[in-house]
Amino acid sequence: MSAQVITVTSGKGGVGKTTVTANVGMALAMAGKKVVCMDADIGLRNLDVVLGLENRIVYDIVHVVEGRCRTRQALIRDKRVPDLYLLPAAQSRDKSAVKPEDMVRICEELRPEFDYILIDSAAGIEEGFRTALAPADLILLVTNPEVAAVRDADRVIGLVEAMGKPTPKLIVNRLKPDMVRRGDMLDTSDVLEILAIELLGVIPEDEQVIVATNRGVPVVLEERSPAGQAFRAIARRLMGEPVPLFPSEDGQGVLGWLRRLVRSGGGR
Amino acid sequence: MSWLDRLRGRPSPRETAKQRLQVILVHDRSDLSPGLLEVIKDEIIAVLSRHVPIIAEEVRVTVTQDARECRLVADIPLGNRHSRS
Ligand SMILES: Nc1ncnc2c1ncn2[C@@H]1O[C@H](COP(=O)(O)OP(=O)(O)OP(=O)(O)O)[C@@H](O)[C@H]1O
Ligand SMILES: [Mg+2]
Repeated sequence: MSAQVITVTSGKGGVGKTTVTANVGMALAMAGKKVVCMDADIGLRNLDVVLGLENRIVYDIVHVVEGRCRTRQALIRDKRVPDLYLLPAAQSRDKSAVKPEDMVRICEELRPEFDYILIDSAAGIEEGFRTALAPADLILLVTNPEVAAVRDADRVIGLVEAMGKPTPKLIVNRLKPDMVRRGDMLDTSDVLEILAIELLGVIPEDEQVIVATNRGVPVVLEERSPAGQAFRAIARRLMGEPVPLFPSEDGQGVLGWLRRLVRSGGGR
Repeated sequence: MSWLDRLRGRPSPRETAKQRLQVILVHDRSDLSPGLLEVIKDEIIAVLSRHVPIIAEEVRVTVTQDARECRLVADIPLGNRHSRS
């Protein structure tokens, strides 16, 4: 076994990196994979809270880097699924406490024992950005369908290419299908045309994400949440299953038929 | 956006956002600001008019892109040597 290292990044902050890392990690673990979610947002850790594991932290990644504990000791096991672990960030330190080579070394150590290592990055394109990307085999670029977020995502694509890393795959988060239908928001196709990279998934805006985050229960555990379904689809695509990117969101029946009719007639 | 706006032929917020992004990214990706393009255009005009008659006011210098590849395009209409003096 040798884990695939997947770094979740973005240009603009607050677009959903931590939410994606926690939920895709959980979804992979639900599918029976052995997963580590690693928080590389040193000084502003959040992944522990989104996963609801904040009360169980003893050691963090900086302790590992400084040799004060073994990597294994710092891993917190999530009891809701068979094989999901969190390697938390340090809260009272700054980004310089973990260097790119530290990330590479920790990942090399974990690789033989896991299927996936997901790394949640800090916002911004400074040193923390390089640190989180250093061990990545695959890069997931999260954006929202908004001008500023897409612009910053484009900058990240350029930087990643300049680093000699593989071109990122795109995740569009917080899409509001109703607004797109009314012509009030960029659609996934617009974002894709502009960024010209491969799309891995689209996550709708979903209030249950906020409820779930507040409770410390990742939304993928909610069977019926639209965002949860989108996260499970992304996990399956990562595992190599051919899951359609655009399920017929309009649904069946008269309502769906009406929606399609209105949309095809009201494009402008 | 409302049906009224749509009837008036106003671009939707979605279209506006997309167009703005396309312009922003052309400049971000090529690191060429609109001001710098003007400077380049003036210099092209100065150099070329020493060799051929050109219609300076119709010269266009733009950045185009195809997927992620940027290209600087200069469109320079040549003046007619005989009809202009
Ligand atoms: N699909 C969604 N629907 C509704 N709310 C969402 C969705 N995705 C993320 N959010 C909310 O948006 C906020 C920001 O998300 P998150 O913390 O994951 O972003 P981030 O990119 O990790 O931020 P930072 O750059 O600060 O690390 C959170 O409050 C989260 O609950
Ligand atoms: Mg975050």
